Amino acid sequence: MEALLAQLLNGLDKGGAYALIALGLTLVFGTLGVVNFAHGALFMLGAFCAVAFRQLITLESITIDPDQLSPWGTPLEIKTPLAQTWFGEWGSFIVEYSVPLSIVFAIPVMLLIGIAMERGLIKHFYKRPHAEQILVTFGLAIVLQEVVKAIFGANPISQPMPSALQGAADVGSWLGLAPNMVTYPWWRLTYFVFSIGVLSAVFAFLRFTTFGMVVRAGMVDRETVGILGINIGRRFTIMFGIAAVVAGLAGVMYTPLVPPNYHLGMDFLVLSFVVVVVGGMGSLPGAVAAGFLLGILQSFASMNEVKSILPGIDQIIIYLTAVVILLVRPRGLLGRRGVMES
Amino acid sequence: MTDTLKGMRRRTLLKSGLAGILATGVAPLIFTRGAYAQEFCNAPTGDTVTLGFNVPQTGAYADEGADELKAYELAVEHLNGGGDGGMIPTFSSKTLKGSGILGKKVAYVTGDTQTKADAARDSARRMIERDGAVMITGGSSSGVAIAVQGLCQEMGVIFMAALTHSNDTTGKDKKRYGFRHFFNAYQSGIAIAPTLGKAYGTDRIAYHLTADYTWGWTQEESMKNATEALGWKTIAPVRTPVGAGDFSQYITPVLNSGADVLVLNHYGFDMVNSLTQAVQFGLRDKQVNGKQFEIVVPLVSDLMAKGAGASMKGIYGTANWDWQLGDDASKAFTKSFGAKFGQPPSQAAHTSYVQTLLYADACERAGTFYPPEVIKALEDYEFDGLGNGPTTYRGADHQCFKDVYVVQGKQAPANPFDLLQVVDVASKDAVTYDPAIFGGELGPDTPAMLIVDVLISNPGGRFSR
Repeated sequence: MEALLAQLLNGLDKGGAYALIALGLTLVFGTLGVVNFAHGALFMLGAFCAVAFRQLITLESITIDPDQLSPWGTPLEIKTPLAQTWFGEWGSFIVEYSVPLSIVFAIPVMLLIGIAMERGLIKHFYKRPHAEQILVTFGLAIVLQEVVKAIFGANPISQPMPSALQGAADVGSWLGLAPNMVTYPWWRLTYFVFSIGVLSAVFAFLRFTTFGMVVRAGMVDRETVGILGINIGRRFTIMFGIAAVVAGLAGVMYTPLVPPNYHLGMDFLVLSFVVVVVGGMGSLPGAVAAGFLLGILQSFASMNEVKSILPGIDQIIIYLTAVVILLVRPRGLLGRRGVMES
Repeated sequence: MTDTLKGMRRRTLLKSGLAGILATGVAPLIFTRGAYAQEFCNAPTGDTVTLGFNVPQTGAYADEGADELKAYELAVEHLNGGGDGGMIPTFSSKTLKGSGILGKKVAYVTGDTQTKADAARDSARRMIERDGAVMITGGSSSGVAIAVQGLCQEMGVIFMAALTHSNDTTGKDKKRYGFRHFFNAYQSGIAIAPTLGKAYGTDRIAYHLTADYTWGWTQEESMKNATEALGWKTIAPVRTPVGAGDFSQYITPVLNSGADVLVLNHYGFDMVNSLTQAVQFGLRDKQVNGKQFEIVVPLVSDLMAKGAGASMKGIYGTANWDWQLGDDASKAFTKSFGAKFGQPPSQAAHTSYVQTLLYADACERAGTFYPPEVIKALEDYEFDGLGNGPTTYRGADHQCFKDVYVVQGKQAPANPFDLLQVVDVASKDAVTYDPAIFGGELGPDTPAMLIVDVLISNPGGRFSR
């Protein structure tokens, strides 16, 4: 029971990341009809927004103290973060909370990157076949990751989480179980809550604003919305920017869990495509449901009891699910009738 | 001219043709290889000798690779007479004078193994065939080391392995052309078990998370055998892919497994991730079976301790070497490395530096670069003054035998580099074992691949006398 609860929690935080990335991917497909293979790179760029922000605020001044010696006999270099020098305690707070604070930095940056990507490259491929869209966006993803590699290097750069969110919460005791039976890291719980928050915000935006209503109408029938005199293209461009922000935020908050490197996007790209296919191409609730479903399935497949019966199942469960879905229900769990079924 | 041609018969033509072939010097390579003892792959002909440094510059072990490369640069500088000489003055053999190797200036080429066996073989092959490297050295990752060692055996090029800890490197996959200074998983198990017994008692249940490749498997087996000999029990081990990043789905089952010790058979960034995540899950704050839950990392390095930060405090592991050892050689190396790079050397850097010096010294003692002679000079060689105390390069399996250090993550570091402390030393005798337990064959000292085959398949390869 406790073991199942722990794996379920683990599935929820993994699922949160999958759902956030897949939501943006399916949003772009649903609005612009583009299969965006550069979407994983947007997740990676988001993570590097956090890295860049931290590097910016931890720029150090180096002073040499001739009275103290390093272990190998040279004068000791003392490094002080400039933020601390300038802002004192407030500066150390900024340094400690750099990951959550970099959300503020990442939102405009990712919005701009998204819009630039759509206006600069992807709009030229709307009328081209899907195969060409995939090729060009995949190429873009490689270019972006090489740029990040050139700037930040190839190695993972770890991002510390705030000390208040280190350690684990006794989730079991909240549910009336014995103390310390089911513990779960605070940051992973935060990630899950954060992903629910972002997902809700996107859904609320689409459901309760006029802008969102027009976008939803455009997703159903772009031509009619256009005939009504609405510049649907511009709205879709903004939606592309929003999809980039969602992927970027997923990346920012992911950095304390796994130190990001330039390859992070590719690791998530295939996964998020599987999520979209399982959920249904173009279906927003489908992407979210499939994200959490696959996260939980992957987590349960990693249990020893399961692995002892089916060795290696933890590595293939996601793809196995996709194969079954494509065979049994090609349009995906919540996909529209007719999509991928013709 | 026409008259001459007319007068020439087929038999005469064949005779003169054969004479011509013999005269070019190609023929001895093909027909009489055994008669010319000095023919070998990439024999240095000019004023320089080229060494190939094959390290991971990307991938899960890239930190170690970067440090290894620094150490190689330093070794080359010292061999060529630059800097303060590092460990050359402390080395028991006095053949190295700072004038290169056998009077030839040392040059080097580098390759990125990407922590992948196929990429590592490709880059080693490139360095041998295109760049003319006479010796290949590097790590990390035993999978990589074993693959490159196999290639070097085929090509007849000596491979001085750097960071590789699997029993297989000098066990079932040992090669005549491969040499390892670094210790192995079996020795880690023997060394750490008494310390674990003292610290955590003999009634423990261990849960292993293991990197799913040769090193992880042998490390897991060695730790299992050593701790079960203490009286510990082991829960069925769990294998994890290399470079998994997020290990959380493998850590959550540990919480309720009934185990009270987690053994992390991970290295490099994988270990940094899995240890940090295990600590985030509150494992070290747990009480299981009435005991404090503990984590053990059998192979640990300064670089990993730095990456893991506070999570590493109090955790036991083993190391081949530590920069805070008090002997003259370790001090000299740390001083030299620290002054050049602004950080102390890791154990990966140390073994890389030592292997380069040992190769250079073996060439000097053999008086040639000819690999079979250099191999003979290294086999059963006894030396001291390279930071590990008296050491033997055992001829039977090309494994170095020396003391093994049990280290612990420091609770209160005195400076940013003061991360590990040596808490126990397992003597050279205690970690010496019978080479027969791991099987394997060293193979011949003449390369398996015939030179004629290489000439056909690789016209660009450099062969000379």
